[in-house]
Amino acid sequence: MTQPFYVSPEQLMKDRADFARKGIARGRSVVVLQYRDGIVFVGENPSQALHKISEIYDRIGFAAVGRYNEFENLRIAGVRLADMRGYAYDRRDVTGRGLANAYAQTLGTIFSSGGEKPYEVEIFVAEVGDDASSDQVYRLTYDGSVADVQGHAVMGGQSDKVDAYLSEHYTAGLELDAVIRLATTALGQDTVTDNGGVARTVEASALEVAVLDRTRSQPRKFKRLPDGAVAASLQG
Amino acid sequence: MLPEGYLSTGGTSFADFLAQQAPQLLPSQGTNGAGTDLSGVTHGTTIVAATFADGVVMAGDRRATMGNVIAQRDIQKVFPTDEYSCVGIAGTAGLAVEMTRLFRVELEHYEKIEGATLSTDGKANRLATLIRGNLGMAMQGLAVVPLFAAYDLHQGAGRIFAFDVTGNKNEERTFHSVGSGSTFARGSLKKLYRENMSETDAVTAVVQALYDAADDDSATGGPDVARRIFPLISVITADGYRAWPQEQTAQVADTVIAARMSAPDGPTAPLS
Repeated sequence: MTQPFYVSPEQLMKDRADFARKGIARGRSVVVLQYRDGIVFVGENPSQALHKISEIYDRIGFAAVGRYNEFENLRIAGVRLADMRGYAYDRRDVTGRGLANAYAQTLGTIFSSGGEKPYEVEIFVAEVGDDASSDQVYRLTYDGSVADVQGHAVMGGQSDKVDAYLSEHYTAGLELDAVIRLATTALGQDTVTDNGGVARTVEASALEVAVLDRTRSQPRKFKRLPDGAVAASLQG
Repeated sequence: MLPEGYLSTGGTSFADFLAQQAPQLLPSQGTNGAGTDLSGVTHGTTIVAATFADGVVMAGDRRATMGNVIAQRDIQKVFPTDEYSCVGIAGTAGLAVEMTRLFRVELEHYEKIEGATLSTDGKANRLATLIRGNLGMAMQGLAVVPLFAAYDLHQGAGRIFAFDVTGNKNEERTFHSVGSGSTFARGSLKKLYRENMSETDAVTAVVQALYDAADDDSATGGPDVARRIFPLISVITADGYRAWPQEQTAQVADTVIAARMSAPDGPTAPLS
């Protein structure tokens, strides 16, 4: 008679976490930064059709890295949740915090339930406020943990190198053009190595950029920047 | 935790999603008013719309009636539904406002899920479907008759769509009106409308038309000079939706009223 192998819960969770982390590190990074008029998402994404960054609601944006079909599923669920809540109550009752909580619980349940494989995704949920101090950015990881982010954050790809560059160069209250330039330079840092690898230049056409701009007169603050506008920002 | 239905694959329509997940929230749900007294139901009255050189203008009077009583003097009956469209409502106010809210979410939901906006005809067809969903209520006397106006980015022109309670869609190239005072407003616009008017001229024409509707229809409110309540004007051009500021509308309304002091029936058209 065969005995089932015993795997300790610690080992099981570690294996699942390693699996998810590997999947997430394979792609390119996405950064989120606060600037003077709101929040900007910058990601490297050669595809014009498959977005990593999208609108959830009036003041709420979404960015993700990892497996496309998994985060697309979460994005659509988020849009449904937000639209349902805004329709049943009022548009003001849709909050980034509520959405981050729903995502956290969903990711957490999938991660710790034995049957399914964990989602290989990381997510930013950002909500732009009336001023910079009321902006909220949440970072959600594959295991359902949530972190409140201030100023700037990176996920996916070689995120430590990009993050190190941003920590060194980021200051609060930057203009949009400046912050897009900073983010683009930071994204190119993933090829830097101790043994002589140098930063690469990321072209405007390879970037996906969107803002939550609190100065927009419409109730919907999310706006995707076309390639031309991104190129203009990069030239400064 | 996100409920199962939220994570499942599905369509792009919010109304369909609502019907699956929370059918009690649909505008036409949960009432059976057969044979009931409708005198306590609030009705919105007259909406007019006209195309002009750069787009389309829509205006609504501010009166809501409940039987013979004026229920509200400053009701809003024209609502933006996305950046390039708006809906004006006549008929049962409660259902119409809810349907417009649903329509707005419907357009936005599609845009967010698909990453592209619906075509103008697609939007009008969706609205027709929502209206048809209310047919049961309409047959019991709770009709909703919206007027839909949009700027079509492909055609580069303003467009107007009218509907009946069964969802029959009817495009008007020039001008149209719905609601209790619509007969008079249409007659008025027929004489005042010109091809390729300027925005200010188009606004003046619709304010004149609403004045004529209020003149002959007891349920349509004219400009309320004492309370300074004037029609709500929405303009949609290639730059998107814009509501006219009240001070500007007040100026147009004051000019119209001043002219009516000497000619109460308004401007006259040449005989031939």
